[in-house]
Amino acid sequence: MGGLIQSSIARKVAMALSGLFLVFFLLQHFTINLTSVFSADVFNELSHFMGTNPLVQFALQPVLIFGVLFHFIMGFVLELKNKKARAVKYAKYSGGANSSWMSRNMIYSGLVILAFLGLHFYDFWIPEMVHKYVAFAPEDPTRYYPELLHRFESPVRTGLYVVSFVFLALHLWHGFASSFQSVGFNNKYSVSATKFAKAFSIVIPLGFIIVAIVLHLTH
Amino acid sequence: MNLTLKIWRQKDANSKGAIVDYQVQGIEGDMSFLEMLDVLNEQLITKGEEPVVFDHDCREGICGACSLQINGEPHGPDRLVTTCQLHMRKFNDGDTIYIEPFRAKAFPVVKDLMVDRSAFDRIQHAGGYISVNTSGNTIDANAIPVNKQDADDAFSAATCIGCGACVAACKNASAMLFTSAKVSQFALLPQGQVEATDRVLAMVNQMDEEGFGNCTNTGACEIECPKGISLENIARMNREYVKASMKG
Repeated sequence: MGGLIQSSIARKVAMALSGLFLVFFLLQHFTINLTSVFSADVFNELSHFMGTNPLVQFALQPVLIFGVLFHFIMGFVLELKNKKARAVKYAKYSGGANSSWMSRNMIYSGLVILAFLGLHFYDFWIPEMVHKYVAFAPEDPTRYYPELLHRFESPVRTGLYVVSFVFLALHLWHGFASSFQSVGFNNKYSVSATKFAKAFSIVIPLGFIIVAIVLHLTH
Repeated sequence: MNLTLKIWRQKDANSKGAIVDYQVQGIEGDMSFLEMLDVLNEQLITKGEEPVVFDHDCREGICGACSLQINGEPHGPDRLVTTCQLHMRKFNDGDTIYIEPFRAKAFPVVKDLMVDRSAFDRIQHAGGYISVNTSGNTIDANAIPVNKQDADDAFSAATCIGCGACVAACKNASAMLFTSAKVSQFALLPQGQVEATDRVLAMVNQMDEEGFGNCTNTGACEIECPKGISLENIARMNREYVKASMKG
């Protein structure tokens, strides 16, 4: 994939745009999750729509999967290229003196998120695909909420979700604001945009964590 | 003050190097870092040992010749100074100081602490100039009106001395800050517009060919740059590049 986009700036812009796309997806996902805390009916209705609407299933879902795969594969390609750019390491390296831990360790926070996605697919996406396209089970618009509760019964599972969202916050803390710089957005609005991105990187993962804990504790 | 120095020694480009320990005594706080190394080299020469090779020229922070990764930071722990402007008062008696060459695949070690930074020259040659007919009919640059902010930003970008600290500081050994400064100093001015498209494409292409890493916006380069070159230049270069790519 690194060969497809040859220039370093093109790769950087592609990483930023795919990251921004995933940020929008996160917001949409969180909005639906949040409804589960307030109303099982609304959650079921929204999940039924997302799970059965042909546009969502056959257009948006493949685009999302492509976006996720692209972001991860390009991330690994860039990491390998960057490692090659400094073959001999420093005996002493003081990265903390000039940059944040989050910015230097995007690959590690990304790997945790990738592992989480594996678990998330195992929990929700694969059973959903089997239900609809393998078993051809009859659609029950009220099944989504009980399935959600079932997943958050285990404290270990809930804990893994919480830890993963902490790493998502760390990843977004650098990645979201950094994407503005990558696409060349640096002007009088940059300070406000960065503040918004930093706030988003805390609020949204924290929201996911709260929803997971509430579902676990109240049921 | 007395210091323990851990210095990278490497006989030549093809040899394997290693960190070697040295003791220096009688270092004064008012000495520059390079003067401290001069003291060490005097000691080594007196003992009949090979002195430590390092780059230096003007010793007043304007030529960009001195380099050195000092305790894990290019040009040492002070900000907005080059190694030659770094004073020993920034260190304490009994300190251990790591001194290494700027590390990057594109900056191969020549000997000890001296690296070959000609990759920067080649990036500059690829397009970091404007073509002007100088055969007696040049126009005074001041005759062309330039927005004050643009002029200031262009001048700030032009203060880059090409020392390579940005590459040395970057965890990816990226040369984006240097290249973007050299692109920006012309992109902001009317004189630079004629060749703007070719310039950014050629310079970025050369930067990639030299084997520098990719920028991941850690911001380390801006912090360590002795001239305070801003990350805004990288955003500007990204814009210029996308614009130029669309023009073809």
